[in-house]
Amino acid sequence: MDLSIPQELTDFAAEVRAFIRAELPDDLREKVIGRRFDILSADEKRFWQRKMVAKGWGAPAWPVAYGGTDWDVLKRHTFNEVVADEGAPMPVPFGQGMLAPILIEFGSEEQRQHFLPRILNLEYFFCQGFSEPGSGSDLASLKTKAMRDGDDWVVSGQKMWTSYAHQANMMFCLVRTDPEAERPQQGISMLLIPMDDPGITVRPVITLDGEHHTNEVFLDDVRIPGANLVGEVNKGWTYAKALLGYERTEVARIGLSKRLIKMVKEAAAKRTVNGVPLTETPAFRRKLASLEIELKAVEMLNLRMLSNVRRNLPGNEANMLKIKGSELQQDLTELMMEAQGTDALRFDRDAALDQNIDLFGDVDYRGDVTANYLATRVVTIFSGSNEIQHNILAKELLDL
Amino acid sequence: MDFTLTESQSLLRDAATRLVADHGDAPDIWQRMAALGLLGIGIDEAHGGTGGGFHDHAVVLEALGGGLVRSVYIPTVVVGAHLISTAGTDAQQAVLLPKIVAGEMTVAVANAESASFEPCERIGTQADRIAGGYRLSGVKPVVMGADTADVIIVSARTGGGPGGREGLSLFLVATDTAGMVRHGYPIVDGNGAADIAMDGVALGAETLLGTEGEAASLIDLATDRTAAALCCDAVGAMAALNALTLEHLKTRVQFGRPIGKFQILQHRMVDMTIAEEMARSMAVYGADEADGDERVARGKAVSAAKSKIGDCARTVGQGSIQLHGGIGMTDDYAAGDYFKRLTAFEMLAGNSEDHLERYAFLGTA
Repeated sequence: MDLSIPQELTDFAAEVRAFIRAELPDDLREKVIGRRFDILSADEKRFWQRKMVAKGWGAPAWPVAYGGTDWDVLKRHTFNEVVADEGAPMPVPFGQGMLAPILIEFGSEEQRQHFLPRILNLEYFFCQGFSEPGSGSDLASLKTKAMRDGDDWVVSGQKMWTSYAHQANMMFCLVRTDPEAERPQQGISMLLIPMDDPGITVRPVITLDGEHHTNEVFLDDVRIPGANLVGEVNKGWTYAKALLGYERTEVARIGLSKRLIKMVKEAAAKRTVNGVPLTETPAFRRKLASLEIELKAVEMLNLRMLSNVRRNLPGNEANMLKIKGSELQQDLTELMMEAQGTDALRFDRDAALDQNIDLFGDVDYRGDVTANYLATRVVTIFSGSNEIQHNILAKELLDL
Repeated sequence: MDFTLTESQSLLRDAATRLVADHGDAPDIWQRMAALGLLGIGIDEAHGGTGGGFHDHAVVLEALGGGLVRSVYIPTVVVGAHLISTAGTDAQQAVLLPKIVAGEMTVAVANAESASFEPCERIGTQADRIAGGYRLSGVKPVVMGADTADVIIVSARTGGGPGGREGLSLFLVATDTAGMVRHGYPIVDGNGAADIAMDGVALGAETLLGTEGEAASLIDLATDRTAAALCCDAVGAMAALNALTLEHLKTRVQFGRPIGKFQILQHRMVDMTIAEEMARSMAVYGADEADGDERVARGKAVSAAKSKIGDCARTVGQGSIQLHGGIGMTDDYAAGDYFKRLTAFEMLAGNSEDHLERYAFLGTA
């Protein structure tokens, strides 16, 4: 039992922080902080990803042979925390965090040689073609079908909630290749699909925050070469499940919540109620203290998991961390909204980006906090809704 | 950074768990704990102890909570012996610590003076200087273990006034001292406590523990160690209670199947399990900080833990009774005993709201 953080890790965190502060342009930082990752253009995401690649930090979780690092889970956790805390863009998750580990574990050597370097520098910007209009939590019921035609596959169907399909140039896609399979999970394959195919139509889905993060994607006789099949045919479900195990130590987004709580404090410090600073009113102070404690509890659970992973001990903390980490993000964006009082009514997202537009003096509010509150409702829904996480824990951990 | 138990902690856990399983409700459990060396944890080897830090206490406490053992381990070993080791004179240590290690003496710690959780500044018990010593007058309600203790460490004012940190002192008061009145009773979980009243209790100068007038930091230390220790005990109780409830879900059949097949019960059980894990995470954090010397950092960590774990205890305790149904309401079934243990935990040494407030206060101070 030794909870101390090694000096080497503290030094490393300082190094990452210094690098980001020196290299990250203010406008990019402000966009990330204001609207989280989502408002950055594909070019801005590439710009930052390539800076990180040049530094050797482009894909910390990958093996060194493919451009990754030899950092252990604790060092990667520290890195991610600083990146989030500093408002630097997180890597686009789909290619780097999801597809790449699948290719490394299940792909062909040719696929690894071709795709990994291009995923690393974001030449290939992948989106994830999993959900469909009729297949959300019950993903295995998906209907998009792929038919053999010579060496090619011909794909038709519709994908839904395809985040950043409008920025992506590739999609890794689950398709039904055997409608007759005994269990629906056994008839699914994974294909890598270029988004510039004329058979693909991307339509925006505007979310509650008024932003364009996500899309529906229509596939109409899209022809894909056989070489773009990942692993074996009808094994796609296995790969999709393996994906759940990648980077599972990072699901709680501790760094993001640390940044959010700092923002809440900053906002609250600027407001007074009846002449009393908001931070000194009992109700607000208790809410803030309560969430700070919750953050500490989630962080300690996360650190316990890292300690277990380092010792190769099994555990189900990832499902718990998904639930508690996402609830915490929601609570913090809610408190952020409260901290701004009626200023939070200003649904004026550009105010966060242009500090000079306020006619009444310095802008001392953020125009994006309500948008963020709305947008953050998604975190308990995506990546396996929190109810699905409960089901998984009931089955796998409690054997119910 | 490593959260796994050391080899000696693992051995300690195994020994404590076995003792609790075999003799947890035996009348001589205290002597058995002494025989195993558990009462010497944290006490210097020169006085017969085995040394060790708060994480060693944590291992024992979790076993005690898991087995619903009624004991005065927290006031005597975790807090009392620690105060004596920290502030006692050579003579006090030489006399008292070996007796504690041997299980021949138990200690209670009396600081709080009202039904509210208040900082040491509020202490008003008076200790007036008299020839050769002090005269104590004051009342201390609900002192854990004071019903059976041989010695009570009593805080009182030798100077300063209510509201100040200066002028507070600690005294080692033998419970057979003339004028010391005790009213003992069980608290909700079956552990013992007492209200104590002192009306001009005459004490010799040698009963002073630590430096006169400078006990505030020791009192804070006692508060933090008590709360941190209770958290570890509560985690043990939560784990055992969750296991009991889970077993019930798997064996109780209604509508033709085990009730654990119903999703709404599954999700509640999952929430109770997560509460246990969050509590365990915070208990480790609190235990790690409880040995610290920095008052604000230690106080914030312990209050964060006590506040959070109190909420978790409520989730687990109330949930377990609900999921057990009618049998959960019967007094001779273990679920109720755990629920009472956790209910007592919530109220002891400041409840969740108290510690949330203390955390916020320390955070903005």
